[in-house]
Amino acid sequence: MYRFLKDRDGGDLIFKSLLFFSAIFILLLIVAITITLIIQSIPSIKHNGLYLLFGDTWDPVAEKYSILPFIIGTLITSILALLISIPFSLSASLFLGEYLEGKRISKIIKFTIDILAGIPSIIYGFWGLMVLVPLVRALEEFLGIPPLGIGIFTASVLLSIMIIPYTTSIVREVIKLVPQDLKEAAYSLGATRFEVVRDIIIPYTKSGIIAGILLSFGRAFGETMAVTMVIGNANYIPKSLFAPANTMASVIANEFTEATTDIYLSTLISVGLILLIISLIINSVGRYIIGRFYVRG
Amino acid sequence: MSGDRMEYKGFRRRRLIDKIFKATIYGLSFLLFLPLFLIFGLIIKNGISHISLEFLINNPKPVGEAGGGILNAMVGTLILMITSTIIALPFGVLVGIFLSENSKRKYALVISTIVDVFQGIPSIVIGIVAYIWIVLPLKKFSALSGAVALSFIMLPTIIKSTEETLKMIPYSLKEAAYSVGANYHRTILKVILPASLSGILSGILVSIARISGETAPLLFTAFGSDILEYNILKPMGSLPLLIFNYAKSPYPEWHELAWAASLVLITIVFIFNLIATIGVNRWKIKF
Repeated sequence: MYRFLKDRDGGDLIFKSLLFFSAIFILLLIVAITITLIIQSIPSIKHNGLYLLFGDTWDPVAEKYSILPFIIGTLITSILALLISIPFSLSASLFLGEYLEGKRISKIIKFTIDILAGIPSIIYGFWGLMVLVPLVRALEEFLGIPPLGIGIFTASVLLSIMIIPYTTSIVREVIKLVPQDLKEAAYSLGATRFEVVRDIIIPYTKSGIIAGILLSFGRAFGETMAVTMVIGNANYIPKSLFAPANTMASVIANEFTEATTDIYLSTLISVGLILLIISLIINSVGRYIIGRFYVRG
Repeated sequence: MSGDRMEYKGFRRRRLIDKIFKATIYGLSFLLFLPLFLIFGLIIKNGISHISLEFLINNPKPVGEAGGGILNAMVGTLILMITSTIIALPFGVLVGIFLSENSKRKYALVISTIVDVFQGIPSIVIGIVAYIWIVLPLKKFSALSGAVALSFIMLPTIIKSTEETLKMIPYSLKEAAYSVGANYHRTILKVILPASLSGILSGILVSIARISGETAPLLFTAFGSDILEYNILKPMGSLPLLIFNYAKSPYPEWHELAWAASLVLITIVFIFNLIATIGVNRWKIKF
């Protein structure tokens, strides 16, 4: 840093303080968000106690609030979406980061993925409702189960399309960090490309890939609009993969403006608090792993 | 001799696996075109027939009445974009400058990570916070509360793009400014920021593109409205909210309006992203 002889008008001092306090403010903002949600959740915690997490019924009329059905709905939807998306996102990452890096077709695929990433959630939801739901209904008729169309499976398929761009953008960057000489050494020993992927790239980028999947999981379970529109909004513990359900985010979206009592509203805010805490944990861990990866690479 | 044959056989098998693997990678990657075509194709096919001048300059009409447009929603989206940019922009750029200026310090790394984590907070949670902070005290839904929620969503993108762009500016530029006697804040504001304008602008455009489609945080902040509204202290309509309400409805005519509104929204998002990537590259100052 330079030390200036004169700060004639005090401008530097003001400017530097401004920079400093805006950085402090962003810290305060995230703390204030957390504290706000905690305070507003207190009535819910007092009223519901452990029933909130471990009960089995969500019935606002009887003032019984257990969010277990939504926790289960969220977990199943997000995990299923990840399972569907992983083969696609890993393939696209290898395609872009290894097989055809820098080629024209890679640019086209990358452009495609960027556009998919930019489509708003609400449009995914509307499209899912109009296109995916009838398709799933036909599948359900074929399988001989009640043809609802909406439900966990539909939401998972839609979510998987939405998170592919996100996983791909992280994993692709990690794959590019694999040192060229490692790969060349393997090729010079006669390894095929598949063997280089299996024995060099995957082991080298393992933690980065896991972090990418973890961050995508964080993205999936907080996703609201698209899921709300196709999951069926049923407040029960889902009995099958095709059953209608609700996620934590979708129940907030559906019921927040209808919450008539203070306890009801506070309970929905406590669902938001749980979403916040999980997202803070997942993102901190994911970013930490990715950060370490970049330092090493 | 037999050993040679064994190796040859092994080689054929390995090469076959390699080919199958390659085909799988290519196949799965190309399959990604499918959702793109299905989504864009349908939106364009179903939307374009309803786009007309009347659709763009009229407000929504009640069920059963023919016509009706999206003027109030477009105006609402525009007002929300402008308001949230005004809130997020100065603050985001300042934090970005702070992070790049102190990039060697440990605390900057911590703040930078926190900004990343901030980006991961589900937008519906941000909506709840805006509801508690602004809707509850004012006792009414307002576009302002929606804009605050959206500005929180914009912040991380603006901070990160400012930080990344400023880090690319060669140190020599700063030294040159110092050597002619410029002090610190003039160097940053008059030399470094103008030189990195294109990158910062690109971050702003990308973040605007992102919030233009955000729906979840608006559900219980801006809330939506069927009339043309300019007052940011009142509930306001927006394109995503309009699509949501029409999509949920049981009326096929409203679904058609939702397709057309989707086409308008996706065009807006696409244009902002396009300017951010192509236009900005062209204006970039090369070092």
